[in-house]
Amino acid sequence: MKTTLRLFLLAAWLATGAAQAKPPVFEDSIAQRTLACTACHGREGRATADGYYPRIAGKPAGYLHHQLLNFRDNRRHYGLMTQMVDPLSDAYLMEIAQYFSGLDLPYPAPQPSQAGADVLRRGQQLATRGDAARQLPACAQCHGAALTGVAPNIPGLLGLPRDYLNAQLGAWRTGQRRAHAPDCMAAVAQLLRPEDINAVTNWLAAQALPADTHPAGTLPALAGGEREISCGSAPAPAGGRP
Amino acid sequence: MKRLLGTALLATAVVALALAALVWQLNLQGEPELSAPAPTVAAMPDLLARGAYLALAGNCASCHTTRGGIPYAGGRGIDTPFGTVYTSNLTPDAATGIGRWTPAEFWRAMHNGRARDGRLLYPAFPYTSYTEITRTDSDALYAYLQSLPATAQAATPHTLRWPYDTQAALAVWRALYFRPGAPAVDATQSAEWQRGAYLVRGLGHCGACHTARNALGATEDRLNLAGGMIPMQNWYAPSLTSPHEAGMADWPREDIVRLLQTGVAPGGSVLGPMAEVVLKSTQHLSAEDLGAMATYLKALPQATEPHRPIAAVDSRVAARGSQLYERHCAQCHGDQGQGVKNAYPPLAGNRAVTMPQVANLVQTVVNGGYAPATAGNPRPFGMPPFVLVLNDADIAAVLSHIRSAWGNQAGGVTEIEVNRLRAGQGH
Repeated sequence: MKTTLRLFLLAAWLATGAAQAKPPVFEDSIAQRTLACTACHGREGRATADGYYPRIAGKPAGYLHHQLLNFRDNRRHYGLMTQMVDPLSDAYLMEIAQYFSGLDLPYPAPQPSQAGADVLRRGQQLATRGDAARQLPACAQCHGAALTGVAPNIPGLLGLPRDYLNAQLGAWRTGQRRAHAPDCMAAVAQLLRPEDINAVTNWLAAQALPADTHPAGTLPALAGGEREISCGSAPAPAGGRP
Repeated sequence: MKRLLGTALLATAVVALALAALVWQLNLQGEPELSAPAPTVAAMPDLLARGAYLALAGNCASCHTTRGGIPYAGGRGIDTPFGTVYTSNLTPDAATGIGRWTPAEFWRAMHNGRARDGRLLYPAFPYTSYTEITRTDSDALYAYLQSLPATAQAATPHTLRWPYDTQAALAVWRALYFRPGAPAVDATQSAEWQRGAYLVRGLGHCGACHTARNALGATEDRLNLAGGMIPMQNWYAPSLTSPHEAGMADWPREDIVRLLQTGVAPGGSVLGPMAEVVLKSTQHLSAEDLGAMATYLKALPQATEPHRPIAAVDSRVAARGSQLYERHCAQCHGDQGQGVKNAYPPLAGNRAVTMPQVANLVQTVVNGGYAPATAGNPRPFGMPPFVLVLNDADIAAVLSHIRSAWGNQAGGVTEIEVNRLRAGQGH
């Protein structure tokens, strides 16, 4: 009986659906135009739970634009992304980048780490102070004192899943991921040992976002012993560091 | 007995020699005399501008540039059923490009498919179409290419399987399938038609995709534009002569121009390999030339289709397809497949949905994609990929639904068909 009723209701629902052609929900906007992106990157680019497709909301616009160009021009490799951006112009890709960059969405809670205290301490050291003995700059030297990135070209490192961070550092090390020359991140990644990567990604993924989650406006001042790094994807601002 | 055998052997040898001579002769047919004093091609600005325009019409840079690489420096791999052919360096570098080529040698490559050093060229370079362009246009192209910055980039060797990697096999292929051509002339047609024919059949090399290829990779009925699967890509270039596919006899001329200029038109939008063609080639052509191409395409003899039996759709599959459509597709394409004007194509009554070949539908559902961002449509709308969401059975169901709903009568798609079409794609 219940089944019959359900079937009847379903049939009635289908019949009404077929009778009235509801116009699709549509607005002539950049959000509508980028529904193809949010299918994988989550609603408004906030990422999905699978940990593979990164959050794009709130990342610096220049950084996002470079990544779109990198997929199009063979510096990053993921067939689905490449095919998606292939027929699009630089200007349109910039508009898309600016749209996602401007979205201000809450971040997910950090991932608790299973790593031991030693590993996390090592991760924190690499992220905030680097390892001068091995010529390893701190992440914070370029990615901002709060590690939330530096506008417009340097991404933040917090609020990203550990798997994604590991995959990216691995890709930089093998040359699978590249950026405009001089490719500073490739140079840094090649100095990293697997245990360094494990330490730094465990620590980064376990950090809560600071109160101000936005990218910094300027690079932090160089600490004693730190050297300027030249990056093709993030040319030094005219004023330099403070 | 021995004598008989000897005679037979001798006869075979004579026949083989005669055939080889015939192949040799056919391969040399219509070749220009290279030692003849060549008129020098002066690099005048208007000549260079014309050459640049013709290079766009021929979409040369598309194949002769690697992804993110230096334009015209070659090296892009063209996958074929016989192996991969790598495009050559067209910049004027003396050692690795065409810096030492004369206009006559360039013309021989375009018209006869033979390189400067005498090697026969693989027809992945569409000289089977370019052979119909004029010497004047060849010279303009030559002048333009010689004006590019010279880039030293050595050729990547082709990776073709035996026997396709031999010049002898290529000579036999050419003897069977290639004859040097000339611009199509039809005294009964207008000057505009002649111009359209020249562009579509020659530099446009539309037949390279829109004409079916046989087992040896030759276009079957040369340049008939009756549609064909694009080798190795799993995209189908629809028939331009069928009212059930992409025949345009009934389209208003301005809609054809609009499609080639902007990538979108009231009757549909371009996706896949054709998006690249619009993006890199046809959007740059003049309205007059696009109009001429439209005139030619409209005048193509339209095939009368035999009635095809329609694969019935199982009612359970149809119900599942309808549910999936409601959940994943209706938001943009509308619950009656009506689409949204200037954004999402209608699916009801859309020939891209109802044509017999379903390869493009599978590609589009699996990978999604954008129409090309052209000057006339700079901010296209996009379709999400469903590769992570729908399996082969789902895709078959939803395609069966859209091919049989809202008055569409194209019949079902099976899971096996979907699986077969996805097999070569690495998804």
